[in-house]
Amino acid sequence: MSAQHADSSEWYLTCFQSFEQQLNGDSAAAVHGLRRAGIDRFAASGLPSGHDENWRHAGINAVSRTRYQPLSSTEGADAAVEESTLPRIAGWQGSELVFINGKFAPSLSTLLESSGVRAMNLADALKQEPDVVHAHLDARSSQYEGGYAALNSAFLQDGAFVHFTGDGADPVHILYVTSAGAGAADGDKPMTTPRTLIVADANVDGMVVEHFLGLTPAAYLTNAVTEIAVGEGSHIQHCKIQQEGEAGSHLATMYVTEDRDCTFTSHNVSVGGRLVRNDITTLIAGEGITSTLNGLSLGGGSEHVDNHTTIEHAQPNCSSHELYKGVFGGQATGVFRGKIHVHPVAQKTDAYQSNKNLLVSPEANITSKPQLEIYADDVKCSHGSTTGQLDADAIFYLQTRGLSATAAVRVLTEAFADEIVDRIPHVLLRDEVRALAQTKLRSLLEETH
Amino acid sequence: MMLKIENLHASIDGTPILKGIDLEVKQGEIHAVMGPNGSGKSTLAQVLAGHQAYEVTEGSVVFEGNDLLELAPEERAREGIFLAFQYPVEIPGVNSAYFLRNGLNEVRKHRGLEQMDAIDFLSLIREKLELVEMDESFLKRSVNEGFSGGEKKRHEILQLAVLEPKLAIMDETDSGLDIDALRIVANGVTKLHTPEKSVILVTHYQRLLNYIVPDVVHVLMDGRIVKTGGKELALELEERGYDFVREEVAA
Repeated sequence: MSAQHADSSEWYLTCFQSFEQQLNGDSAAAVHGLRRAGIDRFAASGLPSGHDENWRHAGINAVSRTRYQPLSSTEGADAAVEESTLPRIAGWQGSELVFINGKFAPSLSTLLESSGVRAMNLADALKQEPDVVHAHLDARSSQYEGGYAALNSAFLQDGAFVHFTGDGADPVHILYVTSAGAGAADGDKPMTTPRTLIVADANVDGMVVEHFLGLTPAAYLTNAVTEIAVGEGSHIQHCKIQQEGEAGSHLATMYVTEDRDCTFTSHNVSVGGRLVRNDITTLIAGEGITSTLNGLSLGGGSEHVDNHTTIEHAQPNCSSHELYKGVFGGQATGVFRGKIHVHPVAQKTDAYQSNKNLLVSPEANITSKPQLEIYADDVKCSHGSTTGQLDADAIFYLQTRGLSATAAVRVLTEAFADEIVDRIPHVLLRDEVRALAQTKLRSLLEETH
Repeated sequence: MMLKIENLHASIDGTPILKGIDLEVKQGEIHAVMGPNGSGKSTLAQVLAGHQAYEVTEGSVVFEGNDLLELAPEERAREGIFLAFQYPVEIPGVNSAYFLRNGLNEVRKHRGLEQMDAIDFLSLIREKLELVEMDESFLKRSVNEGFSGGEKKRHEILQLAVLEPKLAIMDETDSGLDIDALRIVANGVTKLHTPEKSVILVTHYQRLLNYIVPDVVHVLMDGRIVKTGGKELALELEERGYDFVREEVAA
């Protein structure tokens, strides 16, 4: 607690008081209980600092010292955002929910009446499906890391809700945009608190894309929480694209609860932002589950991308596969901490974790920390971590076939990233992510070579 | 004269390997460069292809009137020099079709030819695959990754067939091959050889030369060419070993 005098904890407590006063009648709603619980958790935990073990390499102090202004998702005028600046996925068939500066934008969104899935903003879901929302919203919040996730709950107003109920569900695209003029006053550094809740009933297939986009060079903070409940026998794919602006920071908590015989696959792609931190936890809560975590972090300039993943093997006969790859240029830094926690009952667990990093500049840096905690004896767990430069022999080989050194480096770097991109099952989305990754790689290679 | 090497000296990490090579290759000729292990054969091949680990300390290499040593490896490739690697490099994530088409289009661009699209390329590559008795499924695999020794060498010949260089430098292309793979590789090189094209075969053993008959045979020892002769020199080396040449040099 000694570091707290320097951070902005008091500021957020004050912000919460005025936020609560503005809520009027809404403060009687059931959801307000979650907000109160959130601010209480926040008051108890405070903001993270670089002294905390889990935040040591995160460069979090600069963020924790900054007084970000929480944005209301119901008050204020709609921000004007050009349609052409939105990363629509060409040919996409499925609902799209667009949020601008934390506020749901119905005119930019498409909510399809499609069989097998209901997608809507969270404020509507609280009216239409209150039981489902309340059964899952913040259900595991005591497990969330650090104070920012608690702040997300404290300022909870709106977000995205996706409910997979049956066969033939179209995928859902959620777009959280921070645009210029997000702050209420000039000089404000705004904080949005996007909240996504994804619930899959039993035996359904579904896919959700969350795309976080910054359309402003100004400083801001996206403080996101995503909760996913995967029902028995269901197959859920989640893809996250983090593309914040150059001075935008991004702190995100994702918690996935998995029921028996389900599969869950996460694709976590990071191509932007100033300081980026993902805390991803999957709770394997039944037998026969396969959890897959894929990650691709591309950082240049002075960007920092920090991924903490935790796989809780709490039941026997399950497997988890994790592959996180990173390419860092400029003075960028990356952190990967992958925790696999095999509980005493979780016999016959098969867990594999791999972290591979490519450093394309001498000043780029990566910290990789596999963390295996195994309390069962009949398990198969392995992990590996590699960090290196491009193979000089491979560059020369390509050159002898006519490619310039620059082109050879580009081809090899793209191939490195493609291993993750190619795992995205949806063709249109995969092409979109590949294009984003290639653009990012070109810019970080250009600044380096 | 297609290639003229004069007094070529090269070293790696300050250690001299090539100590004054003189070699001339005319258009259409096949030259064999033979020699014991460590004589500098592979270094010569790598220096001609432009590997940056080797420093050329003296001498000159002129290829079709141009100073080859001034050119980057890719410029040499575009000018028509091809090195078939002794140890082809594995490139995870880059499939063979992409790799071959990219290389071909770089060469075509340099020659003022149109870029070849995926469809035209496919019909070209099918024909070339037959030559090296390779299956189309190879095209989808990552370059050299998980290839057997023989597959790697056949893949090198496939590249040779696609890129159609003026001068092919084959670095120990016969090493590690069983008799069937050797036949396929040798057959490929022979079929691709035309009166306009030249070949330098770098090899330790004579057996490849049963299939590809050289016009000239050079013996490389301790970084110098110490003996040059016709194809019969290779047979003599096979019979008597390198020692007789060593003795001749000493005398």
